[in-house]
Amino acid sequence: MIDTGKCETCPAHNAGNLIKLGVNMKDFDFIVALAGNPNTGKSTVFNALTGLKQHTGNWPGKTVARAEGGFIYNKKKYKLVDLPGTYSLLSTSTDEEIARDFILFGQPDVTVIVADATRLERNLNLVLQVLEITDRAVLCLNLVDEALRHQITVDERALARELGIPVVPAAARQGKGIQELLKNINDVATGEYICKPHRISGASKELKKAVDKLQEQVEKEFPELPNPRWVALRLLEGDQKIIDAVTSGDLENITKRKILKEELPALT
Amino acid sequence: MMNERKISARKNILAAANSLRWEVGENFHDALMEDIYKDAAEISAKTVSRLSEKPKFTFDKTLDKLVTSKWTGFPVMFLMLAVVFWITIEGANIPSAMIASFLIDDIHPLLKNIAASINIPLWLGGVLIDGAYLAMAWVISVMLPPMAIFFPLFTLLEDFGYLPRVAFNMDSLYKKAGAHGKQALTMAMGFGCNAAGIISTRVIDSPRERLIAIITNNFSLCNGRWPTQILIATIFIGGAVPAYVAGITSAAAVVAVAVLGIAFSLVVSWSLSKSILKGEASAFSLELPPYRPPRILQTLYTSLIDRTLFVLWRAVVFAVPAGIVIWLVGNIHLGELTIAEHFVNWSNPFGILLGLNGVILLAYIIAIPANEIIIPTILMLTVLTSNLTGGAGAGVMFEADSAEATANILYSGGWTVLTGVCLMLFSLLHNPCSTTIYTIYKETKSIKWTVVSTMLPLIMGFLITFFVAQIWRLIE
Repeated sequence: MIDTGKCETCPAHNAGNLIKLGVNMKDFDFIVALAGNPNTGKSTVFNALTGLKQHTGNWPGKTVARAEGGFIYNKKKYKLVDLPGTYSLLSTSTDEEIARDFILFGQPDVTVIVADATRLERNLNLVLQVLEITDRAVLCLNLVDEALRHQITVDERALARELGIPVVPAAARQGKGIQELLKNINDVATGEYICKPHRISGASKELKKAVDKLQEQVEKEFPELPNPRWVALRLLEGDQKIIDAVTSGDLENITKRKILKEELPALT
Repeated sequence: MMNERKISARKNILAAANSLRWEVGENFHDALMEDIYKDAAEISAKTVSRLSEKPKFTFDKTLDKLVTSKWTGFPVMFLMLAVVFWITIEGANIPSAMIASFLIDDIHPLLKNIAASINIPLWLGGVLIDGAYLAMAWVISVMLPPMAIFFPLFTLLEDFGYLPRVAFNMDSLYKKAGAHGKQALTMAMGFGCNAAGIISTRVIDSPRERLIAIITNNFSLCNGRWPTQILIATIFIGGAVPAYVAGITSAAAVVAVAVLGIAFSLVVSWSLSKSILKGEASAFSLELPPYRPPRILQTLYTSLIDRTLFVLWRAVVFAVPAGIVIWLVGNIHLGELTIAEHFVNWSNPFGILLGLNGVILLAYIIAIPANEIIIPTILMLTVLTSNLTGGAGAGVMFEADSAEATANILYSGGWTVLTGVCLMLFSLLHNPCSTTIYTIYKETKSIKWTVVSTMLPLIMGFLITFFVAQIWRLIE
């Protein structure tokens, strides 16, 4: 019993893919990706979490090199990877490709999506796309102070219910919400909190039919895949990386990870 | 081992994807985006509420109207630059003199006395104390105060959200020049440091436009050149007008040189995109971020640590060996004259043609590693070759106590307003420092483009100063 899922819960489980993506894999328990629209304060959140003083600037696209840092919370070591800021994950631009491939192939234990509370609707476009790829995410609702200044309030509990992931209101520039964010990252990473991510409903009948059909085939061949619908969508789009991953069988390495908590009863 | 069944199953998936792609048709991508937008709108409608009916964006909007309008955008930009330089020029003078008097009048003789009391050989004391130590002391006293004022101000503007507005204003100009609009941002980064500006060109996807941005980044005055500009403007431009307008006139002169740099970057971008780097400008969307109240304390901290001390440290690291080199060329004799004098005498006629002199040319060769040490090198060489008394002896880089004392040395070295103007131009238009050259090579991985980026501004500098000098002399 103990053996089942051992690979999936071992920290080194996904090391091969991550090394391919250029992440230094020395000595940590969980990997956390940081995604979000440009200029939502991702670098500020990164600095607040890691204690690093990476230069932040109030202009979009400031982060040109991917930054990596680490932190320890609750005796667990986390590696944090700051992805380029993007509005979407569907186009062919380099930035979006880096972010999309990292979340899919790198399989971070948690993806933290930083969203701008003053522009939530537009930011949600990216959030929904991330939730198609991964089911382990935390939304950091940043800039709530600024939203308040503009007379905007967001019901974070309703938002968490809608999205099926933890939502943490924050004002990272003032260091507000960072402790809560750490706790929620920890909860999702360790399986304390099990996400039930919102999936895009899909109005177009033809599209739905096509995706369903392809998804079924993908599921049959890669039964362990956590996001067959996303893979089906990308195949329809003609994403070369995904086509290659199907041909080479790399997709097999992307598996649903068993959650630690589920294993606990078996241990006793 | 992959078995046959698997291979065929995978091929089937891809085949199915191909045929289904035809079925769903071309608008598949749009349909998907619509679905996403619809869900996002629904969720947002359920969770976001406005406290008042009328959103309070008025402050941001009014400000944006002012700083990005066709008519007021550029004047506001120039005005802000001028104010930043004026504060820097006015504020840096006194602390500069204080640091200089401490490091040079107090510490330097102390070190000399210690050296004498423990019988260090004269040449070693010269190399270490008169060369290396004084170079370092000079760089700290001339660079630390302006940087400690300029960088926090610049970072505050950046933090506030002004930089993207500059890019917004410049975007259409760069597009007309056949370059990428984001080049305006990389240019702004270059105002801090060209090496950093060149790294920041990674935000430009198209290799053609990125090369243009790299080649023209050197036209952004970097922090190593600001002190030179500010000092020379104070002495020669400020000195030529009545005292009560001297500060503002010097600031205006520095702004003029900075704006000239922007103009050159546009003109060169245009010529490159019409000649060796032909192509159309690609479109991009730039989101104007909201204005954010700058965090004063944090900005002070990061701009002091990340920029001021970082840049200062680099300057010191380069100044120490350069100081040694200066002391050596000023003290090693070949026949009657020192190496420095040989070179200065030989290159002087050429320098005069450019409105400069041999001293400046030699200084620019010694200072290839770092633009920051130009002024001390020039002062030392001037004293050395014009046999002035009052300097600290051959090969000693010394700090003149104030801008006035510096001015006296330069005037007695035969400098005129023309020399000052040409030096300001040459400081804008010459080869990038060695760090930047190395960064260009690392980013382009091409010797050809590295050479182009290095030589192009140098040749332009020679041409421009030559013509300015000739026309100036004709008018005079």
